[in-house]
Formats: sequence, C-alpha cells, structure tokens
Amino acid sequence: MSFNIIKNRKKFMALSLILIVVGIAAMIFNASQGKGVFNFDIEFTGGTAVTVDMGSEFNNDDLAAVCSEVTGQSNPQIQKILGTNEASIKLQSIDGETRTALSNAIIEKFGLAEDSILSVQDISATVSGEMQRTALIAVLIACAAMLVYITIRFHDFKTGISSIIALVHDVLIMLAFYAVFRVPVNNAFIAAVLTVVGYSINATIVIFDRIRENKGQGNYTAVEDLVNSSVKQTLKRSVYTSLTTFFAIGAVYVFGVKSVKEFALPIMVGIISGTYSSVFLSGSVWYMLLGNSREVFEENE
Amino acid sequence: MKSKGKSVAVLVVLAVVAAVLGFTAVFGLGTDKSLSYHNIKLGLDLSGGVAIVYQADKENVTEEEMADAVNIIQRRLDRKGWSEAEAAKQGENRIRVEIPGVEDAEEAISEIGKTAQLMFLTESGEVVLTGAEVEDARKEVGQVSRNSASEPYVALKFSAEGTKAFAEATKNNIGKPIYIAMDEDIISAPIVNSEITSGECMITGSFTGESAEELASLIREGSMPFNLTVMEMNNIGARLGYNAVETSKTAAVVGVALVFLFMLLAYRMSGFAADWALAIYLALEIIAISALNVTLTLPGIAGVILSVGMAVDANVIIFERMKEEMRGGKTMRASVQAGFSRALPAIIDGNITTFIAALVLYFMGTGTIKGFAYTLMIGIVISMFTAIFVTRLLLKCLIGVGINKPYLYGVKKKQGGELK
Repeated sequence: MSFNIIKNRKKFMALSLILIVVGIAAMIFNASQGKGVFNFDIEFTGGTAVTVDMGSEFNNDDLAAVCSEVTGQSNPQIQKILGTNEASIKLQSIDGETRTALSNAIIEKFGLAEDSILSVQDISATVSGEMQRTALIAVLIACAAMLVYITIRFHDFKTGISSIIALVHDVLIMLAFYAVFRVPVNNAFIAAVLTVVGYSINATIVIFDRIRENKGQGNYTAVEDLVNSSVKQTLKRSVYTSLTTFFAIGAVYVFGVKSVKEFALPIMVGIISGTYSSVFLSGSVWYMLLGNSREVFEENE
Repeated sequence: MKSKGKSVAVLVVLAVVAAVLGFTAVFGLGTDKSLSYHNIKLGLDLSGGVAIVYQADKENVTEEEMADAVNIIQRRLDRKGWSEAEAAKQGENRIRVEIPGVEDAEEAISEIGKTAQLMFLTESGEVVLTGAEVEDARKEVGQVSRNSASEPYVALKFSAEGTKAFAEATKNNIGKPIYIAMDEDIISAPIVNSEITSGECMITGSFTGESAEELASLIREGSMPFNLTVMEMNNIGARLGYNAVETSKTAAVVGVALVFLFMLLAYRMSGFAADWALAIYLALEIIAISALNVTLTLPGIAGVILSVGMAVDANVIIFERMKEEMRGGKTMRASVQAGFSRALPAIIDGNITTFIAALVLYFMGTGTIKGFAYTLMIGIVISMFTAIFVTRLLLKCLIGVGINKPYLYGVKKKQGGELK
C-alpha cells in the first residue's frame, strides 16, 4: 500500500520533533543572547511602546539617541518594521509627561508630520503578568472541556487524548515559528494561537469521525488499515479546507497592516501544521496509544 | 422537492432572501444604515483612539464605590464631548475607559483619572469639610474684592451640614487662612475676616473662564472614592486605525472572492450552491454583528475568518461525501441525502467542540480573547445553519429543476455512476 501513514509514522513524528527542537534551540539561543525567549511585546512584559512613521529611511541609532536623551534610559529597543519606514520603539514604562515629550522630540528632530506617531502604548507589569496567566488558564480549561466532549462523543478517551496531542503539536510548531523568526508576541499572538487551536481540533475530528464510522461498519480487521483508509478517505477534504482557509487568511496577510500581518502569518503556519498533524499524526498517535489493546481490538472485529 | 415548479419557486425565494440580506448587510436599512457593515462598532485597534485601564488605589473596594467611580468618569467623558466614549468596570477593582477618535491621550488620561477631592483645611492641616458637603458649584464672573477688575471665579454652595461646619471653622479661624485644596494642589488660601453663616463661598485665583468652569464641573460631579492608577494605556493613531480598516476590507473582499472561486472550480454546481449559502452566511454574520452591537476588533476578525473557514469546511465534507455516493452509483437525489446525513456527525462534532472552546474562552478570557470568542460563537451558530440547511435546500432544488448530471457536481465522467 503506497499510502501508509502508520508504517511511516516515526518519520512523520521525527519531522515534527525536529521542527519543535529547532524552535526550542532558537529560544535557548535567543535567551542566551539576552534577547528573551520570544520577541515579547510590552503587552507581555510591561513597558512603553511607540510606533512612528519615519516617512523615509532612518538610522536606528539616531532614533535611539533621541529616546535616551528624553527618557534617560540607556537601552531603548528600536526595530524597523519590515517593508515600511515605520519604527517600533520599546522602553521601560515612562509617564505621561515623558511620553508627550518623547513624541514631540521625535517629531521635531526628524521633521515629521503631527500624525506620524502611529500608536503609543503603556502597560504595567502587573497587567501583563495577569494577561499571560488568564490566557494560559483559559486555553487549558478549553482543552480540558474539548477533551471531555470528544471522549463522550467517541466513547474513547484515547481519541480525545490524540486530538489534544495533535493540537498541542500545532501550538508548539507555532511557538517554534515565533521563536525562530522573532515574530512579536502580543495580543494578536493569543488570537492567532486560539484560531489555530479551533482549526486544528476541527481538522482532527473529521478524521476520527471517519475512523469511528469505518470501525462501526466493521470493514477493517487491522487497526493499521482502518487508520490508513480513514485518513486517505478524508485527505481531499483536509487539503481543500486548508486551502480555502489559507486563501482567507492569506488575503489578510497580503493586504493587512503590520499588526494584521503579524497575526496572519503565524495562523498560516498553524494551518499548515494543523493539516499536517491531523493527517499524519493524529491517527498514528491514536494507533500507538491503543498499544496492547490494539490486538484485542483486532480480535473483536 | 416533488415538482419542478416547487423547486423553481424555492430557488427564487432563496435568491430573493440572499439579495435582501446582502442589500441589508451592504447598504443597511433607513438613513442610519442600520444592520449594515457601516453600523458595526469598531474596536480601538481598528478605529483609532485611546483605551485606558485604571485601577483603584485602595484595597477592598465595594461594588458601590466602583459604580460611583464609573459614573463619575462617564460624566467627565460626556462633559468633554466624547459622546462615543465608554467607561466600564473590569474585574474587581479596575475601570476600562475607551475613547474613540481622541488625539491627545495624555490630556485625556490626566483629566479623566483625577480624584477631584476638594478639601477645606485649616492652617494646622485639619480637614474642615470636603467636596461631599458641596451642594452646588458654578463658574461666575465678577469682582472678587473691592476695587478689583471683574474676573472668573467658582462659587460654592454648601449643604446644611456643610454650612454648619463652614460657619464653625470660619468662626474659629478669624484672621487666619483657610486652604482650599483640589487633590494635592492648594488652589486658594483666603484669609477669614468674619464668620460665614450663609453657606456660600467663592474660590478665587488666577482662573480663566475655562479653568473656572472645569473646576466647577469637577466639584459638581463629585470626587472619586479612591485614587486611580493607570495600569494600561493604548493610544492608536487615527491614521493607523484607518489603514487597518481599509486594508481589512480589501482583504475580506479578495479572500471571500478566492474562496468562492475555489468552491466553484472544485465542486461546480455544489460549489455554486455553497457560495450561495456562504453569501447568505456572510450577510447574516454582518447583520448579527451589527444588531448585537458587537465591538469588532482584530481578534474578532480572526474569529470571523475561522468561522468562514468552518462554514466552507462543512460544505467540503458534505460534497466529498456526496461524490463518494455518486461514484458508488446512487442517484443524485439519494447521493445528496446520504452525503448530508453521513457528513453530519463530523460537522456537528467539529463545530460543537470548537464552540465549547469558544464558550470557555468567552467566560474565562479578557478583552482580546473575549472578542475572538464572541464572533467565533456567532459565526459557528450561523454557519451551521447556512452550510447545512441552506446548502441542502439549494442542492435539492437545483437537482429538482433538472440540473442533475454528476459531472456538473464535480464527479469525473468516467467515475460517474449510472445517470438516472
């Protein structure tokens, strides 16, 4: 059989593992360079962030000098936003007066228009800490609730666990992407992860639904064949759905502004990962989880 | 659908429904364009403006104190003419203020967050009375002392209790100053000449007409039960917001067009039916977001996109099933029937699982997460209806009017079953 996912399951898992390890390596490397595990925005660390449209090419150091002068901070982080002349400035939290002074100084020094200050944000460390916590707790509870529902609907705890493993895989791949490409981690990150979680669970369920149906009809004597055929039968659907969702989010990426792009790109990665994990991993994980009971299952059929 | 005539009638009705819903979503009803996309409230990340989260600088705040504080802030916002601005309690001891379209965030922050605690103090620092005992405060213009030019000042009128306290204080402090302080600042320090029993008092200083009015208003509106600390401030420039909205519109149009085209190419007539249902879905989604007064934010848009993906997905699952049935040699009508009923468990389980996740996120999450979860839930409910019922009805009718060759539904001729 040319289409044998179960037989090749270790290769598929190895590929995922490599990507995740690369992500972890990137996190460790970045942390050792003092740049932080992720490129955290101030929503996650607290502080002040200013986005400025500089109008033309600019030098990061010039801008940093102005920031240091006004705020007295020695190490403002300046980043040029790719494909634009916009600068993103990250500082330790400064008060309202200093914020106004900074905006004015930048406008004056670089001769910019009044509306060149695109956004100003200030978030206290307390709030950013809470935000991480509530987001994490919400996602964990959501996963637990989904696990319960799937277990009930499929009369099988292992199906639920396999689905959640596929989902965690997708989130890990996304995290790896964020770490390697230093995509800013902010509010949009939470929304992107949630979107992929929703997408991934949906993609996986379609496959387990097919397994459930094929199993019920008793067409297959071996679990291996059951999984392989079920994945194969739903393959076209998996690809088509990924494509259409990809179109929708791809358009958002192509046309969107910076904040939208930062949010669309990881979702696109997550959709690819979600498709991959539901097709190549979810059934395999289930197969492996069955373990010894696999034989019992085969005898029963 | 038994007869051709009935099928035609249903198709016409569905076309009219799609047209009416589409028209409503795009142009809206009446002059205020209600229920259309024009009427959707945009979050600050899309519209530009200032969002501030204050926290009460006091432990164990009561519900009442929080409600008072929210009211005071709302009154200050209204007075500033920011009619779209909103203040709302967030969590236990926080207040979230959103002011769309404001340019100078710093000014807004300091003015709205003022405690506005008016105090009368004796020389020794003893509090005689506070703003709570002031019944009325207004700006007046006139001479504040003999032989001086006319200037703006703030006239206060005390309550009965305040009148008594003020009389007492003035009696005991003749020849000494009484300090009038607003928050930390002493704004006036008049010397008491005689006991004042009228319950009236004026605050003088170097006021302009505007600053006198401002102070009078602050006193009238009452003081905050606690100090407020700014925990979070988010100021999105109008230009950024405008760009975000414009580009999102283009993205939506292009994205939807691509999805429509893909479905048409992949599934022919079924795709046509799916697109038809999807158009109804999109119109309903816009109308629902508008009608339910959902504030659309960037994460909210993510929720909409995901639900569009799921709506299309439901149809893809159904159509793949239908094609399998057709290849198996079933009649068109039977294939539609079987395709739908076999696809249903997967669609329902997928949607319910995602809905459960959205529900948890809605109740557990804050701002960003809530916005995402809310639009996702709305999307799932509507898309289940359109992707299943509307598409099925459309397909049955299309077959009913005689469009019933399998190849028209994306089954390759050589695979097609017997045509019946």
